[in-house]
Amino acid sequence: MKKSGSSGITKGRKQPVKALSQRRRHPLAAVALLLMALLATGGIYAAASTANEAQAQTTTFTANDVDEGSKLFAANCASCHGMGATGSDAAPSLVGVGAASVDFQVGSGRMPMQMDGPQAQVKPVQFDDEQIRQMAAYVASLGAGPAIPSDEILDPAEGDSSAGGELFRVNCAMCHNAAAAGGALTRGKYAPSLEGTSEKHIYEAMVTGPQNMPVFSDANITPEDKQDIIAFLKTIEEQGSPGGADLGSLGPVSEGLFIWVAGLGVIIAFTVWLTSRSS
Amino acid sequence: MSSSTATQTYVPKTRVGKVTDYVDSRVGGSAIVKEFGRKIFPDHWTFMFGEVALYTFVILLLSGTFLTFFYDPSMAETTYEGSYLPLRGVEMSVAYASSLDISFDIRGGLFMRQVHHWSALLFVAAVAVHMLRVFFTGAFRKPREFNWIIGCTLLILSLAAGFTGYSLPDDLLSGNGLRIIDGVMKSIPVVGTYLSFFLFGGEFPGTAIIGRLYVLHILLVPAVILLMIGLHLFLVVLHKHSQFPGPGRTNTNVVGYPVGPVYAAKAGGFFFIVFGILAAIAAAFTINPIWNYGPYDPSPVSAGTQPDWYIGWVDGALRLMPGTIGNFDFEFMIPFPWGTNALPLNVLIPALVPAIILFTLMFAWPWIEAWVTKDTREHHLLDRPRNAPTRTAIGVAGVTFYCIMWAAASSDLIATHFMVSLNDVTYWLRVLVILGPILAFMVSRRISLALQRKDREIALHGRETGRIVRLPHGEFIEVHEPVDDYKLYTLTSFESPQAELPTPDKDGKVSRLDKVHGRVSRFFFEDRVAPVTPRELAASHGDHHEEVAGAKDREAISSR
Amino acid sequence: MADSSHGTPGTTVAVGSTGRQLDEFDNPGLPPHRPRLADRDPRAEKRAERQVALLFAISVVGTLLFFVGYFFIPLDQTIERLRLQNLMLGLGTAFAMLGIGVGIVHWAKTLMPDHEVTEDRHDIRPESDRQDAEKIVNDILDESGIKRRPLIRNTLLGAALLAPLPAIAIFRDLGPLPGNALKETMWDAGVRLTRDPSGTPIRAADVTIGSAFHVIPEGLNEAEHKLEEKAKAVVLLMRLDPNELNPSPGKEDWAYDGIVAYSKICTHVGCPVALYEQQTHHLLCPCHQSTFDVEHEAKVIFGPAARPLPQLPIEVDDEGYLVASSDFQEPVGPSFWERG
Repeated sequence: MKKSGSSGITKGRKQPVKALSQRRRHPLAAVALLLMALLATGGIYAAASTANEAQAQTTTFTANDVDEGSKLFAANCASCHGMGATGSDAAPSLVGVGAASVDFQVGSGRMPMQMDGPQAQVKPVQFDDEQIRQMAAYVASLGAGPAIPSDEILDPAEGDSSAGGELFRVNCAMCHNAAAAGGALTRGKYAPSLEGTSEKHIYEAMVTGPQNMPVFSDANITPEDKQDIIAFLKTIEEQGSPGGADLGSLGPVSEGLFIWVAGLGVIIAFTVWLTSRSS
Repeated sequence: MSSSTATQTYVPKTRVGKVTDYVDSRVGGSAIVKEFGRKIFPDHWTFMFGEVALYTFVILLLSGTFLTFFYDPSMAETTYEGSYLPLRGVEMSVAYASSLDISFDIRGGLFMRQVHHWSALLFVAAVAVHMLRVFFTGAFRKPREFNWIIGCTLLILSLAAGFTGYSLPDDLLSGNGLRIIDGVMKSIPVVGTYLSFFLFGGEFPGTAIIGRLYVLHILLVPAVILLMIGLHLFLVVLHKHSQFPGPGRTNTNVVGYPVGPVYAAKAGGFFFIVFGILAAIAAAFTINPIWNYGPYDPSPVSAGTQPDWYIGWVDGALRLMPGTIGNFDFEFMIPFPWGTNALPLNVLIPALVPAIILFTLMFAWPWIEAWVTKDTREHHLLDRPRNAPTRTAIGVAGVTFYCIMWAAASSDLIATHFMVSLNDVTYWLRVLVILGPILAFMVSRRISLALQRKDREIALHGRETGRIVRLPHGEFIEVHEPVDDYKLYTLTSFESPQAELPTPDKDGKVSRLDKVHGRVSRFFFEDRVAPVTPRELAASHGDHHEEVAGAKDREAISSR
Repeated sequence: MADSSHGTPGTTVAVGSTGRQLDEFDNPGLPPHRPRLADRDPRAEKRAERQVALLFAISVVGTLLFFVGYFFIPLDQTIERLRLQNLMLGLGTAFAMLGIGVGIVHWAKTLMPDHEVTEDRHDIRPESDRQDAEKIVNDILDESGIKRRPLIRNTLLGAALLAPLPAIAIFRDLGPLPGNALKETMWDAGVRLTRDPSGTPIRAADVTIGSAFHVIPEGLNEAEHKLEEKAKAVVLLMRLDPNELNPSPGKEDWAYDGIVAYSKICTHVGCPVALYEQQTHHLLCPCHQSTFDVEHEAKVIFGPAARPLPQLPIEVDDEGYLVASSDFQEPVGPSFWERG
């Protein structure tokens, strides 16, 4: 169903996405955003008809990948997850968690864990893409689980950002904040900010439910719905706030802090100037 | 007779003069100019916060009027078709859609919304800071007690104005705020459920609440605020402004600048400055991004759901209160002959008790302090906060109590931003909300007393010059320079009341109230630092070692 | 004027043991006036004048900037444009206002007289006024005859007390009486659990361990009072290992194979308790941090809530879809007096 050019557009568009988030004031951003929005509203129809075919297991692993992955696993992961990834007291079994889980945990730098804590922190990624792919291949070979999503399903231009927004508010905003700025969980755990998180990692987090995040399987939120959510997140990330600096999108707390410190501070500076004698 | 003849025969010569005369002879403008034209206002930066409050209120009226022309307070369902793409096609109330239209489709609408909201935050902050200034300088004392009460009422009204406005966009954040109000209201015994049904026009959320809040927000509350501001300013003019003690300033005069031209220019110019600052903030900083929150829906909620800052302390109190302690449950089920009724103290206590404590103390404070000091004189000279150590300490304790509850309203953000456990933050704040005010009281009273002693030191021994001199016999001393008469007067012209012990009446009895008064008076004034008297100063010059040495030293230096 | 018995200003007589010390420093009077630079130096004066004029000119530029932003930046549905326009309108206004304000204040500070002036305070209530006023009030009372005619006075009092009551009673129709509304929801035996917001039904097999579904009753989207019904009926659906659940006697069949459904409305003040931690099986309310333990029938383990979340008994219908076995067995949401 997908137009032959769509993957080309995908690749072509993914780069400006990153660049734009850094230089939002670029004059082309407006054009790019408009284009993307048009694609988003139109693209949903195309996406809807491919709904069931899109359960894309596009990454194929070779026996060699599994082999290499097994070695990497034994060297880097087995001390906690056990030989054969069957788990230990320190860490859960990885049988059946799927390639997506490995790609998310290792690819975002959460694994290998640096230290024990309420939850695994994001760190600089320890392995290159090839190694992560091989480890994913190994874990995927242990039992069926969520696969690494295809590029098509990750393309925000194909999603409907307003439908994604509704899904995001119902399913995600209570932990991640309505503007995806993150939020607190119990006893030191937290839901991270999603700003700068790649489309792939957002998708993988939904299907695998890392750490305390619930699993949003395809039976709950379909791949197309997930694409809508990604489209929503990328839209709000790129467009920035129309009213100027967003003060962290933390809501009334940062606004109150700002008016008391900066607003009142400037006012007081003026009152002191106003009531002082001129030299 | 001669004066009326003069008025009739006065013939203005210029055109401006003719117009002025035409108006003046009909409204009595001359008398107004005579009364106010050269009225004196003392100048001090802390006296400006009331003006900030007044000016932000004017800005609120201006920007608010603009917003009313485009806002539609209807809760009818509609589908958004405006310019903001991530909400296109979403079902929402007309109120939310019109708020989005103001933000995205009406030129200058977003700017006006941001000016309005930032002004609202600054308005309440300015009212609060102005009240703190009045409290800590003792400006609420006779004859200004009623004006303090009007000010307290204005504070409550400004909270009401803020809250009713906060809910109008009908977004997810404010909707969850309303839901909390609904929950708190339902916890009120006997009438709570009825109050909720009457306010919301039936079950929450209903279709009435936004329209009702709108009428309160744009009509009733601002009208009462305007009335109170009128009364407030009338009394300010009647009493004339209070002033800090200092050379030339007494309890019977006002020293400062005349309204025309200096004070009018400064006060008038300050309006434009406040407006300019708010415009700059609204230009560059987003406030209340309703497009992020989405339309109100009872199912979703956003992490970090908080009210605007001025309601934060109530929200914080709600967070701090434990629902159960061990097996003790704060929700009581009371069996009555007609059935069981629920009394959720876990909601009622935090929602009402801190507010009752703070507001009762605030409203009653002028009379509480007058009872303690037994002082019936008029006070037009302000206290420096250090010269009223117990009042200052009580004020700081109150502020601390407030601020800890306020901080509790952002416990989740404290947890995520300082990488600590949400639960630990709550546990700590639960302890601090009790201990904090007590500690703050003790520490701030000690600081006040220490600053008073420092003032005594300076009055008696002069200012430290930083010049170290070696005396002929080898001793090193720092040269102190005596302060001039003006500074000396500023440092010593304050009252330091002494604790008043209960005195027996004619029958030799001490009433219970007198005993209580004696204890309270001791609590207030037991630790006191008396101002330096001329006698003390003379004595210190006569036999105080350091000063003598310093004086001799100066002579030695100057004679060289 | 300084009549101490009336507490007039300027009284320095000690009251009780408080009050001023007997010996205190004399008020030295206002310090001598120190001329400003602009008072002494005509060039400084001229400079200040130019500065003020420049500030007013900046204000003019600000106003022009506002018009440029308003008329020459057409909105085109992009956030970029809107942000730029907002910035220009705001900065334009800011310059326009600050230019005027700072200019006027600078003018007042540097060029207007800066001699402090002393003005005497007057009695707020001179005694002669009080006596006159007292006499007038007495005359008014006498002429009205209200003291001499208690019948009139008392009937007026009674009438005045009763007259405002209609003004209170007329607000009765602000809302209906609660009745049973807070004790019933849309859930009933056989009502399917459907996804929020799409309203599609959920199979038990769809709910894998670790997942969480936000659920509304079937038909909610078509309901007449949709938001009011949704405000009571929203449910969170989770699947745990059945061994981890600890149902109390009589509630063993409220779950289906480890799938449990709890009301999403907090029993504290009604926020949606939607934060589900799939490893700890805790539910957290983002508004006031009440924490509920799903393993132990959502009992409160932290925070201000005092009651567990009500559980919705569920089962599976013939087609494999999850359905409610009945309505909630207790009222959902915050406590209220009649909850019982």
